[in-house]
Amino acid sequence: MTVLEALLQHSPALIIAIPLLSAFLLPLVSRIHAKVRDVFALVMLGVTSCFVGLLASDVLSHGPRIYIFGAQNLRVPLVRILFEVDSMGVFMAIITMMLAIIAVIYSWSFLHQEDGLDKYYTLLLLVVTSALGMELTGDIFNFFVFLEISCIASCALIAFWVTEGEALEAAFKYIVVSSIGALFVLFAIGIFYAQYNALNIATLAHLLLFTFLDKIALVILLVSLGMKAGLAPMHMWLPDSYGRAPPSIVLIIMSATLASFYGLLRVVFTFYGNVLTTSLRFSLPAHVVIGWILIALAIVSILIGVIMALVQTDLLRLIGYAAVAEIGYMFLAVGASIAALGTSYATVALQGGVLHILNDAVDIGLLFLVAGAIYYVTKKRSLDDLSGLARTMKFTTVFFIIGLLAVAGMPPLNGFTSKFLIYESVYQLNPILSIIALLGSILLLAIFVKVLYAAFLGPELPGLKDVKEAPKSMLLAMGFLAGLAIFIGLFPNLLLDTLVKPAVSALLDHAQYISMVVGGL
Amino acid sequence: MIEYIPFIAVVAMILIGLYAVVFRRNLIKIVIGISIIESGVNLFLIMLGYREGGVAPIFTSLPPGTTYPPEMVLPVPQALTLTSIVIGVAVLALMLSLVMHIYRKYGTLDVRKIRRLKE
Amino acid sequence: MSEMTKIVKTTANILFPFTMIFGLYVIVHGHLTPGGGFQGGAIVVSGCALLLVAYGSSWVFDHIKDKRLATFESLGAIGFITIAFLGLVFSAVFFGNFLTGSGTLFGTTPATGSTLSNFNTGGVLPLMNFAVGVKVIAGLFVIVLVMAHASSIKEWG
Repeated sequence: MTVLEALLQHSPALIIAIPLLSAFLLPLVSRIHAKVRDVFALVMLGVTSCFVGLLASDVLSHGPRIYIFGAQNLRVPLVRILFEVDSMGVFMAIITMMLAIIAVIYSWSFLHQEDGLDKYYTLLLLVVTSALGMELTGDIFNFFVFLEISCIASCALIAFWVTEGEALEAAFKYIVVSSIGALFVLFAIGIFYAQYNALNIATLAHLLLFTFLDKIALVILLVSLGMKAGLAPMHMWLPDSYGRAPPSIVLIIMSATLASFYGLLRVVFTFYGNVLTTSLRFSLPAHVVIGWILIALAIVSILIGVIMALVQTDLLRLIGYAAVAEIGYMFLAVGASIAALGTSYATVALQGGVLHILNDAVDIGLLFLVAGAIYYVTKKRSLDDLSGLARTMKFTTVFFIIGLLAVAGMPPLNGFTSKFLIYESVYQLNPILSIIALLGSILLLAIFVKVLYAAFLGPELPGLKDVKEAPKSMLLAMGFLAGLAIFIGLFPNLLLDTLVKPAVSALLDHAQYISMVVGGL
Repeated sequence: MIEYIPFIAVVAMILIGLYAVVFRRNLIKIVIGISIIESGVNLFLIMLGYREGGVAPIFTSLPPGTTYPPEMVLPVPQALTLTSIVIGVAVLALMLSLVMHIYRKYGTLDVRKIRRLKE
Repeated sequence: MSEMTKIVKTTANILFPFTMIFGLYVIVHGHLTPGGGFQGGAIVVSGCALLLVAYGSSWVFDHIKDKRLATFESLGAIGFITIAFLGLVFSAVFFGNFLTGSGTLFGTTPATGSTLSNFNTGGVLPLMNFAVGVKVIAGLFVIVLVMAHASSIKEWG
């Protein structure tokens, strides 16, 4: 066995272990020098990304891998913790690593005057670990543990500006919502364990009978994971915490939020994959009911997101509501693909939804970084206090325009690719849904054009005369996301064929996921 | 009937906890509510771990003359409960420290008086 | 928290060593009896909390540095993950138990059936229990200490 093969074989474990170890090494490393600490965090994330890349290239070409902790082979009864990595998990891991690296680069200049940064980086690495764990694990209880780690660490990060009352309030709201959500996930896990004596996702999916208790567990899981993912009407924590956390942190929390969304996909498509076509009452198949409920909630999310974003004056909070709308688009695509399970446009819808996970991370992340840059140079949040920034912050303005067009789904940029897939497929399910989705996009465009006029164009305010361009590392982080937005917009097929289509087929092919573990027993 | 009583207790505890979180105005009481929900879920897991006639999975304290008894239970629910308790401690400490900071900032624990994040 | 009376202090003095010994016993016998790093650590910290109540938080704060406790907490976590990595090195699987059955430290294979507990068993489990114990003692004690100290600040509210 060559070194590369050995590294590949252990990469699922190392992807979790390296950020975890470096999280606890950081308090010791940061005693040497602040620079060493920053570089250390970045290098460790870089090493982890190398492993993610290695694993991704293998999984995409050779199919899913499993990794057993603490033993060489599987044995009955299955008490080992398993990691099961398929194309979908790898896709999410790539997004998480991208967001984490950009957040670390951005925080170099953004937070360099703050203290307590050793704990900041420790918590950041813990959230990254937990998001990666949620995406790679093949064990439902393990998923819960990582979910709780992400709750605790992100809550502490939201309260990073601890002298601001609003940040504390947002953090308290977040921890209440997410710890209750996580406890209900645990309750659902208890229901599964009571019936099937197993905790492994593949084994449970194999055994699942869709009893009454399973239906309760499905509802609990959908509600609590939807709550963590920011689906309306449980979205209220999201604009608060996105609007009050440091913008570099928003990227990290977003990766945890998207990991919860991934968990929801995993629950519906893999866990209940065998029984989705079972008929409920009135000979309605289960997938139609679940799909339409998700679609209804998604429409509510889109509408609430854009309508609430219209009336906001706080720039960061406004983008937070736009993020709710974007999450609505993801749920719309997923709901449509569940409702129309088996048809060809269901696959297209799911491709749109999965691609939109990446596009949401890029677009909303870029807008948050731009808003953070404005906050960094002016120390102002309200749109009423901002005007004429385009004269001094030329690069930031360009990045904001790119982000604006991408979020609104304008053609040359990445938002268009996924939103077009969503409109196209949802139209075949029901034209009205497509019209509402289009309307939401147009309103988003209007909102951000308003922000562009209010903050960047217009007369120069006397208080903003000596404003300078944002520091280089922040420009680098924004530039990377903006470049990615343009790249995905210009070459969507490249990404669709290499990453998104394998991810979608891995999601839909639950039989393969199950046979990886159950067949090996 | 009598074997259902613990499950009724579980549901009751979760509902009491949810009531406290939703309807109480005091931050400390909200924290207590979450603790009660957590205890309910833990009780649920412990209930699942009970096997009638089971033996604790400690090899050295088995009844004499036995080797691998089939009634030896797999201690997974207990392990889950322990993990959940450990996580609960962390969440509780974090929530209480946030409550401390909120009290220092606003001088009150009443949710109605500290709500600045509206809309 | 302020200092308490001499009666409380004397009782705390008597009880403190017993609590410590019991907590440490639970940690080191984690692989043989119910308990382990977290439970034993919590017992040890309850003993420390007893001192905190009896002697007041300012006395404890003068004698124990929370920075040092945070270092110990990091060291505990690093120890735990390092042992998991050693499993990767020596038994080719992450978290692998490379010491069990090896005949060296904690490496005896225990006899089955009703026997006396053999302390020298369990492989890496006792080592992991020690690491978790160090982490839990340091971590929980920091929490208790900081909260007690914060409650003694008068100008709040």
